[in-house]
Amino acid sequence: MTQEIVKSDLVTLTIDGIEVSVPAGTLVIRAAEEIGIQIPRFCDHPLLDPVGACRQCLVDIPDAGNGRGFPKPQASCTLPVAEGMVVNTQATSPVADKAQQGVMEFLLINHPLDCPVCDKGGECPLQNQAMSNGRGETRFEEAKRVFPKPINLSPQILLDRERCIVCQRCTRFADEVAGDPFIALVERGAQQQIGIAEGAEFLSYFSGNTIQICPVGALTSAAYRFRSRPFDLVSTPSITEHDASGSAIRIDHRRGKVMRRLAGNDPEVNEEWITDKDRFGFAWSRQDDRLTHPLVRDEESGELRAASWPEAFAVAARGLKKAKRKVGLLPGGRLTAEDAYAWSKFARVTVRTNNIDFRSRPLGADNGAEEAAFLASTVALTAPGHGGVTYGDLEAARTVVLAGLEPEDEAGAIFLRLRKAHRAHRTRVFAIGSHTTRGLRKMGGTLLPTRPGDEARALAAVAENGEVALDGGGVILVGERLATVPGALSAAVRLAATTGAKLAWVPRRAGDRGAVETGLLPTLLPGGRPVADAGARVDLAAAWGVESVPDSEGLDAAGIVAALEAGDLEALVVGGVDPADLAIGKKALKKTLKKAFVVALEVRESVFTEHADVVLPVAPPVEKSGSFVSWEGRVRSFEKVLDVPNALPDVRVLAGIAEERGRPIGVRTPEQAAAEMAQVGPWEGARPAAPDVPAEPAPAGLVLSSWKQLVDDGRLQDGDDFYRATARPPVLLVGQATFDSLGVEEGAIVTLTGPLGSATLPVYVGDLAEGTVWAPASSRAVSVRHLVGPAGSTVTIEGGVR
Amino acid sequence: MTDVLTPVLTDNWDADRSWTLASYESRGGYGALKTALGKTPDDIITAVKDSGLRGRGGAGFPTGMKWSFIPQDNPNPKYLVVNADESEPGTCKDIPLMMASPHTLVEGVIISSYAIRANKAFIYVRGEVLHVIRRLQRAVQEAYLAGHLGQNIHGSGYDLDLVVHAGAGAYICGEETALLDSLEGRRGQPRLRPPFPAVAGLYASPTVINNVESIASVPSIIGNGAQWFSSMGTEKSKGFGIFSLSGHVAKPGQYEAPLGITLRKLIELAGGMRNGHQLKFWTPGGSSTPLLTAEHLDVPLDFEGVGEAGSMLGTRALQLFDETTCVVRAVLRWTEFYKHESCGKCTPCREGTWWLTQTLARLEKGQGSAEDLDLLLDQCDNILGRSFCALGDGATSPITSSIQYFREEYLAHLEQGGCPFDPAASAVFAREGANA
Repeated sequence: MTQEIVKSDLVTLTIDGIEVSVPAGTLVIRAAEEIGIQIPRFCDHPLLDPVGACRQCLVDIPDAGNGRGFPKPQASCTLPVAEGMVVNTQATSPVADKAQQGVMEFLLINHPLDCPVCDKGGECPLQNQAMSNGRGETRFEEAKRVFPKPINLSPQILLDRERCIVCQRCTRFADEVAGDPFIALVERGAQQQIGIAEGAEFLSYFSGNTIQICPVGALTSAAYRFRSRPFDLVSTPSITEHDASGSAIRIDHRRGKVMRRLAGNDPEVNEEWITDKDRFGFAWSRQDDRLTHPLVRDEESGELRAASWPEAFAVAARGLKKAKRKVGLLPGGRLTAEDAYAWSKFARVTVRTNNIDFRSRPLGADNGAEEAAFLASTVALTAPGHGGVTYGDLEAARTVVLAGLEPEDEAGAIFLRLRKAHRAHRTRVFAIGSHTTRGLRKMGGTLLPTRPGDEARALAAVAENGEVALDGGGVILVGERLATVPGALSAAVRLAATTGAKLAWVPRRAGDRGAVETGLLPTLLPGGRPVADAGARVDLAAAWGVESVPDSEGLDAAGIVAALEAGDLEALVVGGVDPADLAIGKKALKKTLKKAFVVALEVRESVFTEHADVVLPVAPPVEKSGSFVSWEGRVRSFEKVLDVPNALPDVRVLAGIAEERGRPIGVRTPEQAAAEMAQVGPWEGARPAAPDVPAEPAPAGLVLSSWKQLVDDGRLQDGDDFYRATARPPVLLVGQATFDSLGVEEGAIVTLTGPLGSATLPVYVGDLAEGTVWAPASSRAVSVRHLVGPAGSTVTIEGGVR
Repeated sequence: MTDVLTPVLTDNWDADRSWTLASYESRGGYGALKTALGKTPDDIITAVKDSGLRGRGGAGFPTGMKWSFIPQDNPNPKYLVVNADESEPGTCKDIPLMMASPHTLVEGVIISSYAIRANKAFIYVRGEVLHVIRRLQRAVQEAYLAGHLGQNIHGSGYDLDLVVHAGAGAYICGEETALLDSLEGRRGQPRLRPPFPAVAGLYASPTVINNVESIASVPSIIGNGAQWFSSMGTEKSKGFGIFSLSGHVAKPGQYEAPLGITLRKLIELAGGMRNGHQLKFWTPGGSSTPLLTAEHLDVPLDFEGVGEAGSMLGTRALQLFDETTCVVRAVLRWTEFYKHESCGKCTPCREGTWWLTQTLARLEKGQGSAEDLDLLLDQCDNILGRSFCALGDGATSPITSSIQYFREEYLAHLEQGGCPFDPAASAVFAREGANA
């Protein structure tokens, strides 16, 4: 019965004499792929709307399914299949073959013969298909069209118009997928070209995808242009380390150096698209400040000096032993799950403490207690098929509510999927936020205007909102920023429970979700085991073969920093933490670090390595294997790309210290860690209760809404200035009434003052709720989070000069 | 002899200030509108169907049938768009019509919109003809003031707004879907079909796009009856049409006659060929229709007759060339036009016209070899039917047909190392009796 239903949706046609059944609506070119017949094409792309521009995929249709044939060859990329249709491709039809050869010849008459110096040469669809479906010798003897070249479409993207075959893949991608239609066709005939409006550069977070889908070498990146040939590169599939999207990428390296990164093709996750950060942010791990060998602080001179690994392990172990349990661990949110597991076990087995917290970021007045409870109860152990929300769920959702999350900036793959859902299925997106952002507009979204700090009440109100009409077909996505709002995560849990909508937490960093699963929280042990649950502790101790695991809940990140400052903790093990994200001033931090025994596991120098007693270099993701757990709860494993002898993963470094300390963690490699994690398994006992924190009124006065934009001052973006130049210029957005009270023109420079100090920014009007202003948290030019304060701060604005 | 002419659309062109409402109404103008508003929209569609009116823009698709494709259950508004982007080389019927009698078109628009239940209509005029645009705009203004347009037209309860939109001068915008894109404010390039404009045209709503002459013929059909219209013309090509004679003919101009008239007759009406010269080749409907020669003088000029002769009736733009004209030169000029006007969307047209021009230019200079003619024909074969729209097809017509009829002349260029003709001899300012 079910089979019959499936069958009725299928259409049977004959391609080159082979019968094939495909779903109704399939294009002929894809139906041919099903039976292994490759019809050459350029403009066609399965994730873009059909356009039929290049005419390379012409096929002969002697029978369109109605007994009559088409008199002319048809573009197979725009023609849907029909029952009984007969298609003859270049393989069987001389007409189709000649048509394709003819189009190929036309494409080549104006195409330069610079394949030997072209970035695309060797992986070029035009080159490949000219070989398979073109003639060997040209019949064109006259003048080729020439253009000055190249021109900049953006600081990063360059266009060589001579190579361009105007297939419109890039313009269609920008228009349809990214929603940033800054590039468009201009001029006509043979002079037709891709162009930008004067002064309007192609500034899109997803611009790099156009390079990858360009079927010729017309689009190149300033970073990779002329750097290498495809056939010299070794390609390794991998996973992005820049956000929690789990996006598949491909890393191409040559002679021990990563030359470029491309989008991987994972239809369930990122499809074929990645953000520019994923694509261009790879030079950070080879900057001059890269740590190449261990350092220990010389007892006599007080300076850091080079040390061997055994010595560094011994010094670290000695220092930690001296501090006994007065140790805090701040592992950051960028670890692989395997490394996170090693940190977790190192804390519990070697140091014997629960003073560990991966969350080095603003956590609100309760120091993240509500968030920790939310993570333990609602987020941990969810995965696709196990109560987790997936990209597919987003695409199929009727309604998506966003809170404390700006997908375009903080989770690019989610943004693209929501935009696709909106375009394809009219999914309705609602954002609980301060203003209608560019990203929200592109998702066709609706703002539920909310002052920062008032998200809890806004979430509660959604349940009663008939326009949103959230129900079981809906999804609620909450970002990490909600941790700073008392009651917000509790309200999200309640909203999900009352409406039946699915709920997912979307963190910003690639390791955040893995950290939850591996227990890098003061209240949570690996596999979702609550510290407070004696049964869970016993279960874990048994699995680990230790007598017990520490039974008291540990200090959270803010608690660890405060205890270090107060001298209640004597040692710190730290890695991958941005000091600006800690709840302590710069000077106080330095003083505290000097006082404490600090073991720093870092890829590059930082304020921590500067003041550490032992500096242990660790491998960046590209130099180790491991897994990131995506926001979906999907485990995304990757292999080592570069084999660098001295680059050890965190797990190996921590194992070294632990063994020296005489309390080994039992695993030394990511593979061993993964195997042990599987063995330890998830906690099957009772889960802790979800938080139920009441909402608090939002602060009075002018409140700062702020988040980190995609292209910002993050250290994982160092090393590609072309990419950095595509950042959005920092601006201050205010509501109309606030703007009017300033008495200045748009674009005037004003001074924004908050708890940390002041910054000057040009002011513009947005649809912000009264009493709210917005400024980017981490712009390279003006870092509001350093100069003014975190999101939710009360601020003032003073009118300046234009 | 003049009794073979059937002046209907051109009837009032000689009237004093024929473009004014007063002049138009004094000769019974807007009478058909009153008749039409007394009928149901479906009656009008039926009348146009029965008349046998076929699209006058070149393709000859039955107008009434086109109207009946509009899905009336579609909740979107319906639109009528008049294609007045007359740009085909040689074609000059719509612009004189709008110049001399814009109200004929306006009245046709109102009746046609009423028939398809459109409350908004557009006339898309090519932007270069500023004077015509002004006359149209004034005519629309007069029609509004007289109550022919606007709310509740003559108490019928029917509302219609008419917008005159000036294009920016691109040949491709005469292609109906490119016209729609242009009208929407986008770059004028042809759209993928399906969906067809009747289903999702302007602003993705049901849209009828008709040529100026088709719409201008509607008032006469409603006023005089379908029977009257279909009594003219031939069996499958009913009615009358404007034949635009240009080139080496004594009296070039617009000759309105029943379809099926022969060129021989038309040349007679036009006072014969230029004094002392003979017809060498001609286009039946603009440069996109394959050339014909003197042997086709008796071909009936209707859709079927010209089709059988291996060409197309097209827009009845009869460009006549006498024996002083170098066919290679003429074809090169046309090809340069297509190269200039190719929109660039599809490869065969964009690159093909670029190549054709260069090859032809070489041949005209007498460079190359006889194989180049086969190369030209092969290029044309790779363009014809491979392009996105008909522009590419049209670009090949003059080349393939000229090689078919005048291969020897091409070869003469190669043998003589250049053009054997005196270009001045074919010019208007040529001396009496000048010869190649």
